[in-house]
Amino acid sequence: MSRKKNVVSEPALQSLQEAYVPTQEDFTFDTSIDIHTDRNYASVGFWKGVATRFFKNKRAVIGLVIIGISIFLALAGPYMNQYGYSDIQSVYDEETGNEVTARSLPPRIPWLHKLMTGEAYDDPFADRVFLFGTDSLGRDLWTRVWYGARVSLLIAFVTIFIDMIVGMTFGLVSGYFGGILDDFMQRFLEIANSIPRLVIVGVLATFMPKGIGLVIVALLLTEWIGMSKIARAEMLKNKEQEYIMASRTLGAGSGRIIFIDILPNTIGPIITQMMFSIPNAIFTEAFLSFVGVGIMLPQCSIGSLIEDGFNNITTLPYQIVPPILVLAFLMLAFNFVGDGLREALAPRIEDM
Amino acid sequence: MARYIVKRVLMAGVTLFIITFLLFMLVRIMPGNPFPSERMSDEAIAKKREEMGLDDPILVQFGNYMKEVLTTGSFGKGSSLYNGAPISSVLPTAMSNSFKIGAVAILFGITVGLILGIAAALNRGHFWDVFCSVLSIVGVCVPSYVFMIFLQYFFAYKTTIFPFYFNNRRFWLSTIMPALSLSLFSMSTIARFTRNEMVEVMDSDYVLMAESKGMYGTRLVTRHVLRNALIPVVTVIAPLIVDLLTGALVVEKIYGINGMGKLMVDAITGEGIDYNYVLALGIIYSALYIFIMLVLDIVYCLLDPRIRVAGERGKRRREDAAGAGSDPGEGVTV
Repeated sequence: MSRKKNVVSEPALQSLQEAYVPTQEDFTFDTSIDIHTDRNYASVGFWKGVATRFFKNKRAVIGLVIIGISIFLALAGPYMNQYGYSDIQSVYDEETGNEVTARSLPPRIPWLHKLMTGEAYDDPFADRVFLFGTDSLGRDLWTRVWYGARVSLLIAFVTIFIDMIVGMTFGLVSGYFGGILDDFMQRFLEIANSIPRLVIVGVLATFMPKGIGLVIVALLLTEWIGMSKIARAEMLKNKEQEYIMASRTLGAGSGRIIFIDILPNTIGPIITQMMFSIPNAIFTEAFLSFVGVGIMLPQCSIGSLIEDGFNNITTLPYQIVPPILVLAFLMLAFNFVGDGLREALAPRIEDM
Repeated sequence: MARYIVKRVLMAGVTLFIITFLLFMLVRIMPGNPFPSERMSDEAIAKKREEMGLDDPILVQFGNYMKEVLTTGSFGKGSSLYNGAPISSVLPTAMSNSFKIGAVAILFGITVGLILGIAAALNRGHFWDVFCSVLSIVGVCVPSYVFMIFLQYFFAYKTTIFPFYFNNRRFWLSTIMPALSLSLFSMSTIARFTRNEMVEVMDSDYVLMAESKGMYGTRLVTRHVLRNALIPVVTVIAPLIVDLLTGALVVEKIYGINGMGKLMVDAITGEGIDYNYVLALGIIYSALYIFIMLVLDIVYCLLDPRIRVAGERGKRRREDAAGAGSDPGEGVTV
């Protein structure tokens, strides 16, 4: 901008140059400009680079936004109306003296509902809003869907976090020490990996009460395996490098090398794996609840809501739509974010 | 090579034995009552326990159980009151039903997935490529049972093109929907994986070399590209097949198929959990899983000359090197 102002024509410049008498100031250093920092090829911190690359990726940002909205609604959604997740909505009819329950009402959005039905019929629930309708017992589906999403997300986050810690430690230790310990640990892993999750659930169900506990334990027992494989591979990549040798020469013990020197360098792939494990966990929970060994009534999760909807699908097909949409969007969003993170954490040369 | 295979088979056998032992111990030692106590008197329970040998030392029980399984091939009786039928009377039909659906789904998933993946890689950026990426997004984010429910709602309930429930007498017509929904995930995964592998191979130097020597068309694709692109695809097929077998749990519930998954769910959710059913099905599922892994490992080994030469060590080194790079998105279903 400033340069443009100073543009002068060729002859004018010449006359200016001739007339110009250099002063002392022209030969002193202009300290107002910082010439020591290279702004064009600036070194960017690792995490800052990851963040820039991540936010450049449209799909990842969309995924992040969807996750944000879902988490907000899962936390706040059940409080947006006065209904509890297990309250059966009913109205006392004074003429007949009966309780009228709001069973299986279709979605009623305030102004839209009035527009569609007019004032034609006498509606006992005229003053209530059911954004997703009510289920076959008369409970508000909006509250239940977001309450269910909260349960599902909570299960997923907690189990995956614990799995990450267990799997990561297992993999890092196995990869670091190598030799017989590694062989032994890998055989153990192979055996643990050879038991289908279904069988684990079945066996657990023989001595555990059905419910959230069963789902969590089943997830804890299976999801750490993938994490530990990745942690071990990363460890094998890192442990031969010079900085580890330097650390060892300086007298660092195994614990310090594993958890302080190498762990920060392996965290990228592990976070990516976590992002892919979360939809897996949500899905597993939904699947188990659908089959009937997950969440027990009157609590609900996405899976049990889908099962409710499935039981009534021929008569009340709209009931299954909200939980399925929430589930599909969550899966999509976590996969997008996972993909974005993977690309941001391990950029290939052609992407840069 | 032969040594590797023998070693691998032995390993599989040992793994299966250990798993059987673990499952047996877990099912028998852990607290819990196989009989619905509110419906049976104490004496009746004691009598039943004695009849089934539940009071013997645990290792003796295990020995007896293994003897029975290995010699007669039957897995004992159901333990709970309402379902005391010998397991071997229900298992054959259940297994045949599950395997039929599973086989159709696997064949369908692999063929369609491969064809789609190849079509997408050959028409990069065009219709099939876009279709393939949309399918892979749908396959990942829509759980197969949601897909099943929709298929059933629209094609069996709204329009009665296909029968609502599975029916052995109208096998093909009633298999289409369950098999299609079951294979959706594996189809999309295989398609995506094949596409990516093929694209990578097609960009490699030796394909450029072959092209510059005048090779083109089908011969180039089948001889040079596919041969190398399909080797890694074999590795994703193994977990997918297992997913199919276990994913059958929901399909069997939705389409009312009398299969192994339904047996398992009934055993778990029935009142008084059926110990022996869970145990028998657990052993069968694990055996199946291990067997499939074994077969695919051997196939992989036969296909890939690097492993053929270097043996297991080479494979392990490659896996370690690939490690984190291998697709973490695989195996999203249960």
